Amino acid sequence: MNGIISISLSKRFLRVWQRNLTVYQRIWKISFIPPLLEPLFYLLAFGVGLSALVGSILYHDREVSYINFIAPALIAINIMYNAFFENTYASFVRMYYQKTFDGMMATPLFIEEIIAGEIIWGGTKSVIATAIMMGVISFFGLIHYPHGLLLLPLAFLGGIAFGSIGMFFTAIVPSIETFNLPIFLFVTPMFLFSGTFFPIENLPLWAQKLAILLPLTHLVKLTRSFSFGLIGAELLWNFTYLLTFCLIFFPLALFKMHHRLIK
Amino acid sequence: MQYIIEAENLRKRFGDVVAVDGVSFRVVPGECFGILGPNGAGKTSTIRMIYGFSPMTGGHLKVFGLDIQGELRAIKSRIGVCQQENTLDPDLTVQQNLEVFARYFDIPKNEAREKARELLQFIALDHRKNAKVTELSGGMMRRLVLARSLINDPELLILDEPTTGLDPQSRHQVWERLEELRSKGLSILLTTHYMDEASRLCDRLIIMDHGRILVQGKPLELIREHVGYDVIEVAGPNSKLRAYVQSRGLEHEDLGHRLIVYGQEGDTLFRTLSNQYCREGCTLRMATLEDVFLKLTGRELRE
Repeated sequence: MNGIISISLSKRFLRVWQRNLTVYQRIWKISFIPPLLEPLFYLLAFGVGLSALVGSILYHDREVSYINFIAPALIAINIMYNAFFENTYASFVRMYYQKTFDGMMATPLFIEEIIAGEIIWGGTKSVIATAIMMGVISFFGLIHYPHGLLLLPLAFLGGIAFGSIGMFFTAIVPSIETFNLPIFLFVTPMFLFSGTFFPIENLPLWAQKLAILLPLTHLVKLTRSFSFGLIGAELLWNFTYLLTFCLIFFPLALFKMHHRLIK
Repeated sequence: MQYIIEAENLRKRFGDVVAVDGVSFRVVPGECFGILGPNGAGKTSTIRMIYGFSPMTGGHLKVFGLDIQGELRAIKSRIGVCQQENTLDPDLTVQQNLEVFARYFDIPKNEAREKARELLQFIALDHRKNAKVTELSGGMMRRLVLARSLINDPELLILDEPTTGLDPQSRHQVWERLEELRSKGLSILLTTHYMDEASRLCDRLIIMDHGRILVQGKPLELIREHVGYDVIEVAGPNSKLRAYVQSRGLEHEDLGHRLIVYGQEGDTLFRTLSNQYCREGCTLRMATLEDVFLKLTGRELRE
């Protein structure tokens, strides 16, 4: 079984990626809007509304305004959401309801290529959303360039990480409603406790240790550092964490999906 | 002789359930080969192994002379498949469905566009090329699935119940297209449980049940061998008729409310029966593949 998986993965996954791009091009006007408007809403609510209460925050011995603090976190959250939702709900619909993967399997494509193409598409959606958000956020002068450009390749890495684990869930959930569980137990806690809206140092020590385990914590750390233009060797650890996460969940998603669909 | 398909002792097991239990057959180039059987007979499981959708549990399988175990990709790129379920891409238009599918076969863009145009003409859907798939009728969708399966100029076309659920007009449309393809020399493997479809399209066929092959042969020969030329059906047979049929040792099937007599005597027997035993409700008709099918697989419901 392992042999089949290893030889079945060729660059043909690009064909699957292209299929999703073709669909995206049909509906881009709608897909474009959330990453454009969402940061505006958040910046308005938290940056303008809440920052009056919060004032500024001490981050790595620097005083930063609250709006400056959360803007990079919004990018990280968007990276997570785009890939995770693409490779859970959207992939599940294609797999289960639309039988798109079944159709593809009657061509030279193998299941591993289909799933790899899907996950890499998830990563691509994160990059697209990040680029759009960066446009909006830069308009307020909240991203430091040229370091900020590193956010784009980072969005891809983060997208693959969250897309892979999303696809892993897609391979094991019995029905589409079951996604509520990983969203409630995994995505929502990350949204709140990964150093997104307040520094994780504000948490009690035991919670800080838990937060370190969450992939979004590391992604937020990286987006924030890149946005502030603070590039240091300590970021290597966060990068390594995300990479390792990908290296575990990407093959695991392929394996589980093979298990689910090849009978 | 290079066979299109050579299946030898093919087996497929899902957990404890044996879906295909030692099936062997060969398909020669240019023929339309049918796999018939009631629901759950193992038809779909058999053809899914052939187009590489599900791995086989045992046996040997060659397509185009290539072993399915080692050269699946090469085989997959030379066949066209119409699956039983609708796997058209609802996110794409009619034309995009063909063009995107062409990409999976690495067909260059211009070639794919030209091929898509040709195929849309072939299935008479060129006027709907920009429609969404979900706007099409059932018959149109099935024709589009057929067109999509031809995008790579396949050497073998695999059809899993191609006309199930279609209205008579649409069925005939699909049949005509398939006959046209067959006349051009395309090899076709087809599953169906419509006997008229099998009689009309298949050069040779197998009837399967419980994962095994019951009979194999040409439709007409199977009818002659297992049923004969004619069938007399009697609705509400009386005991005298039963006694007569038994005394003459005629091959028959007694369904209680209905008696079916298979035979070679045709007219003479029919006249005797209808004159002497049943003035009404007695019909003489030609033997069909359906008679063979029901005789071999029984009349109990399969669910």
